[in-house]
Amino acid sequence: MVQAIEVEPGENKAPVMASGHTFGSITDKVSAMVLTRPLTKGWIFGFAICFLILQWMLYAMCWLFFKGVGVWGVNIPIGWGFAIVNFVWWIGIGHAGTLISAILLLLRQSWRNSINRFAEAMTLFAVACAGMFPIFHLGRPWVFYWLFPYPNTMNYWPNFRSPLVWDVFAVSTYGTISLVFWFVGLIPDLATMRDHAEKKWIKTVYGMLALGWRNSTRHWSRYETAYLLLGGLATPLVLSVHTVVSFDFAIGIVPGWHTTIFPPYFVAGAIYSGFAMVLVLAIPIRKFYHLEDFITPRHLENSAMVMLATGWIVAYGYAFEAFMNWFGGDQYESYVRWNRIHGPYAPWYIALLMCNILIPQILWWRKVRLSNFWLFMISMDILIGMWLERFVIVVVSLHRDFLTSSFGMYYPTQFDWAIFIGTLGFFTACMFLFLRLLPAVPIFELRSLLPEAKAVEHE
Amino acid sequence: MKDEKIYGLMAEFVSPEAVVEAARRTYQAGYRKIDAYSPFPIEELSEAIGFHNNGVAPICLTGGLLGCIGGFMLQWWINTINYPVNIGGRPYNSWPAFIIVTFEMTILFGGLAAVAGMLMLNGLPQPYHPVFNVPQFSGVTRDRFFVLVFSTDPQYDPVETRRFLEGLSPHSIAEVPA
Repeated sequence: MVQAIEVEPGENKAPVMASGHTFGSITDKVSAMVLTRPLTKGWIFGFAICFLILQWMLYAMCWLFFKGVGVWGVNIPIGWGFAIVNFVWWIGIGHAGTLISAILLLLRQSWRNSINRFAEAMTLFAVACAGMFPIFHLGRPWVFYWLFPYPNTMNYWPNFRSPLVWDVFAVSTYGTISLVFWFVGLIPDLATMRDHAEKKWIKTVYGMLALGWRNSTRHWSRYETAYLLLGGLATPLVLSVHTVVSFDFAIGIVPGWHTTIFPPYFVAGAIYSGFAMVLVLAIPIRKFYHLEDFITPRHLENSAMVMLATGWIVAYGYAFEAFMNWFGGDQYESYVRWNRIHGPYAPWYIALLMCNILIPQILWWRKVRLSNFWLFMISMDILIGMWLERFVIVVVSLHRDFLTSSFGMYYPTQFDWAIFIGTLGFFTACMFLFLRLLPAVPIFELRSLLPEAKAVEHE
Repeated sequence: MKDEKIYGLMAEFVSPEAVVEAARRTYQAGYRKIDAYSPFPIEELSEAIGFHNNGVAPICLTGGLLGCIGGFMLQWWINTINYPVNIGGRPYNSWPAFIIVTFEMTILFGGLAAVAGMLMLNGLPQPYHPVFNVPQFSGVTRDRFFVLVFSTDPQYDPVETRRFLEGLSPHSIAEVPA
């Protein structure tokens, strides 16, 4: 019994960092990723491909600006189409970054410390991708600032009772706070880069970005308080963002949308797809940048377990949605349920159930959670599944609502696809640049994870 | 060289335990205008130099309250005073619908205030600082720890203070030119 008490829970888990590192070796290893690592062929090739895809998106966007949203497949009754599907999908992906950096910070989970930096970068780029879609969907994207309340000669104000205006506030706050959180986390590491850079101009650039940070203990004290407060504020924020996104649907009366389960089910789905994206990025990054010491099997396994848990919340959401359709007794709601399984979009719905519920169950096996290949494949599967979920929610609900005379179908055009795939190119191109220019792993947080650093705290 | 002002005396240490101990003893010896530097946050170190109240939290609270009140008042003013629109007989001040924007503004202003307050109290951005004149100091972003006694401290004496710092068995001691 005494033995059992002494054993730390999770002792048989992999460590959060490989042993044998010192303050210096961590600093050297991470800063070398940016400062001394030469431009590799792989990086140039990968970046070039993403950049080309980005050009394709820019071409499609020019055409969209020129002709209007008619170049998309959207029309009445399906006015929302890919733009909103992609918006909800991208913003959901961003949520895992904030979850890792804020919620796991408050829960004092030390395994967050090596993956939070690039997860936050992922959040930023995902929010940037998400933000494009509603703006381009406006039809007149050049007057997007009308969405904000500002004094103007038209004496016009946004309608604060509309969920679409709530969305503007939620997403813009989320983008701003994510950027600030990410930058604050970067400041001490930018100072490290400044002190380790060899060339004068590189020193100057990092020095300007580091704002003159000098690791003073007074600064650290204020820094830690500010960081913790940001974490505390970002936690309810991230939960509110997808809640508000779900209000875009739930406040409307369209059958399949008008349901109270949407907020929790959207938030869980967001974290589900976000962790999938974290793994899709983490697995190649740790391999190509040789970060196996800092991103250990423990990180991958924990992320897989978060996916398994949130996946079941999502499954509960699907089940309860179907149950309420039946239990509510409303004929239009019942028709939604029937239409999802038997209607023209049935294959999409079946594929969604396969991708989001059935296939991820193999994560119950520890061998799968520890296999890079299978984790990567399942994460891709979940990303596809979550995209399909948003497709089913947006398109399948809209295409047949109350009157048979207003039934219709939605066929995405090449411009829909170009902008969707283009944002993937934009996202990965940004990630490539981020890995090249900034420390992808928080150096100072890794230093404080070392046992030498802990010795003081327990004194 | 003779007219050069001295910013302070800096002692270098190689382990977190050593720097916390040194900072504690410097404070106990009566030095008050001191600072310490470490490559990662050490709570005990700021305690050791007698720095207890960092003042960020009240700024964050103020920002959050301003955002909360301002966010709600903006919506209330627009909908009841500046441009009231009667939609289906609903009350002008339909406050439940205003909660979300109020909440988002609370978070936005609270978060920005926390960061702006932290930077402001830290005196950042600050492009030049005397400590960077010491060549060893670049080790502070790697694996070195420092204690600094400012020359403005009433107890500061170029000879006595140096002797005191030597007694703490540091890795090195350097004078910081202003």
